[in-house]
Amino acid sequence: MTERISAAAAAHVAKLARLQLAPSELAQVTSQLDAMLDHFHDIDALDLDGIEPMTQPYPLVNVLRDDVVGPVLDRVEVLAEAPSAVDHRFGVPPIPGEAP
Amino acid sequence: MNAVDTHSDYLIEGRTGTWELVVGLEVHVELATATKLFSGAPNHFGDEPNTNIDPVTLGLPGSLPVLNRQAVELAIRIGLALNCEIRPSTFHRKNYFYPDMPKDYQVSQYDQPICSDGWLELPSGTRIGVERAHLEEDTGKSTHQGGDGRIHGSVGSLIDYNRAGVPLVEIVGRPHLRSPDDARSYVLELRAILLAVEASDAKMEEGSMRVDANVSVRRVGDTELGKRCEIKNLNSVRSLGRAIDYEAHRQVDLIEAGERVRQETRHWDEGDGRTHTLRSKEDADDYRYFLEPDLVPLDPGAEWIEAVRAAMPLLPRERRSRLATAAGVEVTSPAVAIVVERGLDDLAVAAIEAGGDAGRVLVHAEHNLAVEGAEALRPAALAGLTRLEVGGQLTATQAKAVLTDLVTGGGDGDPAAIAAAKGFEAMDASALATMVDEAIAAQAGAWAKYLAGDEKAAGALVGSVMKATKGKADGKAVTALLQARRAGG
Amino acid sequence: MTATALQLAAAVREGRRTALDVVEEHLDRIAAREGELHAFNLVLVDQARAAALAVDEKVAAGVDPGPLAGVPVALKDNLCTRGIATTCSSRILDGWHPPYDATVVQRLAAAGAVVIGKTNLDEFAMGSSTENSAFGPTRNPHDPTRVPGGSSGGSAAAVAAGFAPLALGSDTGGSIRQPAALCGVVGVKPTYGAVSRYGLIAFASSLDQIGPFAATVADAAALLEVIGGHDARDSTSIPGPMAPISARLGDGVEGLRVGVIAELREGIAPDVLARVDAAVVALTKAGAIVDEVHIPAVTYGLTAYYLIAPAEASSNLARYDGVRYGLRVDAPDTEQMMAATRAAGFGPEVKRRIMLGVYALSAGYYDAYYGKALKVRRLMAQDFDAAYQRFDLLLSPTAPTTAFRLGDKTADPLTMYLSDVCTIPSNLVGHPAMSVPFGVGTDGLPVGVQLLAPTLGEVTMFRAAAVLEEAMR
Ligand SMILES: [Mg+2]
Ligand SMILES: [Zn+2]
Repeated sequence: MTERISAAAAAHVAKLARLQLAPSELAQVTSQLDAMLDHFHDIDALDLDGIEPMTQPYPLVNVLRDDVVGPVLDRVEVLAEAPSAVDHRFGVPPIPGEAP
Repeated sequence: MNAVDTHSDYLIEGRTGTWELVVGLEVHVELATATKLFSGAPNHFGDEPNTNIDPVTLGLPGSLPVLNRQAVELAIRIGLALNCEIRPSTFHRKNYFYPDMPKDYQVSQYDQPICSDGWLELPSGTRIGVERAHLEEDTGKSTHQGGDGRIHGSVGSLIDYNRAGVPLVEIVGRPHLRSPDDARSYVLELRAILLAVEASDAKMEEGSMRVDANVSVRRVGDTELGKRCEIKNLNSVRSLGRAIDYEAHRQVDLIEAGERVRQETRHWDEGDGRTHTLRSKEDADDYRYFLEPDLVPLDPGAEWIEAVRAAMPLLPRERRSRLATAAGVEVTSPAVAIVVERGLDDLAVAAIEAGGDAGRVLVHAEHNLAVEGAEALRPAALAGLTRLEVGGQLTATQAKAVLTDLVTGGGDGDPAAIAAAKGFEAMDASALATMVDEAIAAQAGAWAKYLAGDEKAAGALVGSVMKATKGKADGKAVTALLQARRAGG
Repeated sequence: MTATALQLAAAVREGRRTALDVVEEHLDRIAAREGELHAFNLVLVDQARAAALAVDEKVAAGVDPGPLAGVPVALKDNLCTRGIATTCSSRILDGWHPPYDATVVQRLAAAGAVVIGKTNLDEFAMGSSTENSAFGPTRNPHDPTRVPGGSSGGSAAAVAAGFAPLALGSDTGGSIRQPAALCGVVGVKPTYGAVSRYGLIAFASSLDQIGPFAATVADAAALLEVIGGHDARDSTSIPGPMAPISARLGDGVEGLRVGVIAELREGIAPDVLARVDAAVVALTKAGAIVDEVHIPAVTYGLTAYYLIAPAEASSNLARYDGVRYGLRVDAPDTEQMMAATRAAGFGPEVKRRIMLGVYALSAGYYDAYYGKALKVRRLMAQDFDAAYQRFDLLLSPTAPTTAFRLGDKTADPLTMYLSDVCTIPSNLVGHPAMSVPFGVGTDGLPVGVQLLAPTLGEVTMFRAAAVLEEAMR
């Protein structure tokens, strides 16, 4: 079986997915992904030229809402669910960089 | 229609040659809707933290977005005002983790934006291309604790999601700007357009209009674009100009020192007047864009688009041209731009149409009406005032005083009556002529110089007439009489 | 046989039984067997009693208590219930109390139904056995050494065990139909967009659909009629009300053309195929015209599904980042906090699918995987459209085998994925499909056969289901 996904690529994917996987866990997932991707190449046999991708099962268009204010949530109730809340806001540890 | 690159007189003389600046602006504007882009939570600035939130705003599990019709309407208005094509469009998910983004993806238009390929005309007449304008949702707001409120060195951050989900239109300008002045002018013009179509309050200080500048430099004559830096944190039009100017020189210095410009995001620091590296773009982001499956395609269709077009107000460009035509001046004349910017062009055009003197109307609108209540001034009153002026019944100074009274009095007064009440009774022509003759007799020396062609000598003669009339005489009328006497009249 | 949902509702509406009495009866059954089966993450004893009392008050006051008055309903624990823990059987949502109700939950309440508990599932509905639950597996009421199927295994088991006459599940690739088959109950995946997804915690947005479990076809129809119809809070919700089904259940299949999908006979256990063949006989006997049909693209369904569903899931599950609700694992900065939280909060199958989905969407691989899968999806829709030129309904097995033993398929994810080979195609194309119990296999365990219909073909599908049900009496 050819290698579909390298260890480095899998590590990059884990980083993109924000999953801090232990080395053994990453190795196992990588080999499982590899096996799956290998299986998934069965579709390479299909001639898909000129076929439009299908993203939605039921074709709807222009589903719009009127610009009317609706109910809001009670912030006390919402912030009670937060792992950390300070001054009516959600607390997080230092953010390592600006948003992209 | 594409704008053309324009020649600019902003060039940087380096050690090794002359450099040209290339700027493209990306502007995010918050739309003036009542609710968010995808839910009924209020879109309102300045409220208590985390009060304008609902399940969709917070990206709660199970919540689903439904598109706000008014946000689409405003995006169409912006697109039409920027001469864009309004097209069928779709929404994608832009995936990246960030704590102020509740779903850890942003719903944004990607390869099929609602508005594409337009232009914006600066008051100078230069057209700047607009690549696209698309709808997307805003993020929440983080407050950094410690570290002087900056992200670096902070001990933690607090997040308010009131802003999350607020509708934005991102307007991506083409790199057609060639000077800091043009960049400023672009932003001011864009702001005027947004206000005109009532799409946004477009306040840079409050963040409802956020400008990022893509800046690069190249040697004059080069056609390839240089490596660009994106500058963020431009909180005023002034910062924008300063930041671009700084960045252009930084890049020229860098290249001339044999180094290369790295493609990166830079932060403008108003305090030290420099830009600083924010994050490198060397390792490219991977946003894993894919079509947002919780939304369906948007196709406004000709009927909706034409209805919006029909309801469009006059845009600043159209107002400038209307005023210039009425006043008989060049559309690019600064007075025209200023009067339109002040919103006094309706008044000015109406006053000219009501028989006012075009030149005097424009002068008053440009110089004497930047005051509260000016818009309430009755066009006929302004027209009447200018007729008194050109008829010689009021001097420029007197006219200004009358105008002030007109405005403070609610704009509805009669200029002649106000002038009379102020004692600015019109001097009749023969009385003025007599006083001119008296002045000539009293100041024979000055008259002799004036006869010899010394125009400055007229000042003393006019001054003496003014003194004698306690300023009621019209300086222009006096000068005209002097000229007539000299010519033998 | 115990009373059906419709019988219970009629008794309550007519004042022959109180809703409280009905609820107590079901709570007794739960008390007797729940320890063994673990169908529920949470049994709502107090809330169910309170809701039943409210129904009884309406009856006493002469107010219409709704079509499902007093009928206990079990909810899959990925449906949001206001103030009631909703976990998706994941540690990452452990302890979260949604501040709002799903649309289907609101509609159930309006119909007088009584929510009796939140049922176990494979974490975030990712699985086919309910073994991927952070809170332990659910067992099959017919044989507790075996799985109930999944991911809605708790809901299927609850109905099969008589804990509730009705249950709701969600079906992304077979998660209602496959456990229904393995537990011997009726399970329906409606047309995509027929039932609002608002408040259903998303797995794969373009595939997810909520649907009913019931012991009878008529009960399933009644439940679908209550939860179906347009909802303005779901942009993908089909406009208009749901077409009435119950009134048409007795219409029969005389003259209906039914196609048996040839490709979905491959790799199916012989005893399961024998039941499909028996269904063909029953439908033919009732006047249907049955023939074989080829839908070549269904062969590629598994691949398309396991690229599309994880891709959407990788994005849908990004929000579980430790910032706003649920689990947080502390770390020195936010990026590490998020990565540590997600590593601790998600189980292995969820992590696997997130990794797969991120990979399929990432730069350089999008076209080869996700992009290609979307084209296969279109191809499959075209194949189905062609089939529906000739047929009104299609027939296949629901699952390749009867219920398998716990632990049998947990070692190799791909083997587990094959459990959904017959059900996945309907999700990809958005068509309705349902599993109807149709006898047992050689092991004596239930076998379900699957009826498939084109978009909004629920009425025809239910007519055939009623015929099959009748044939088994
Ligand atoms: Mg941008
Ligand atoms: Zn943007």
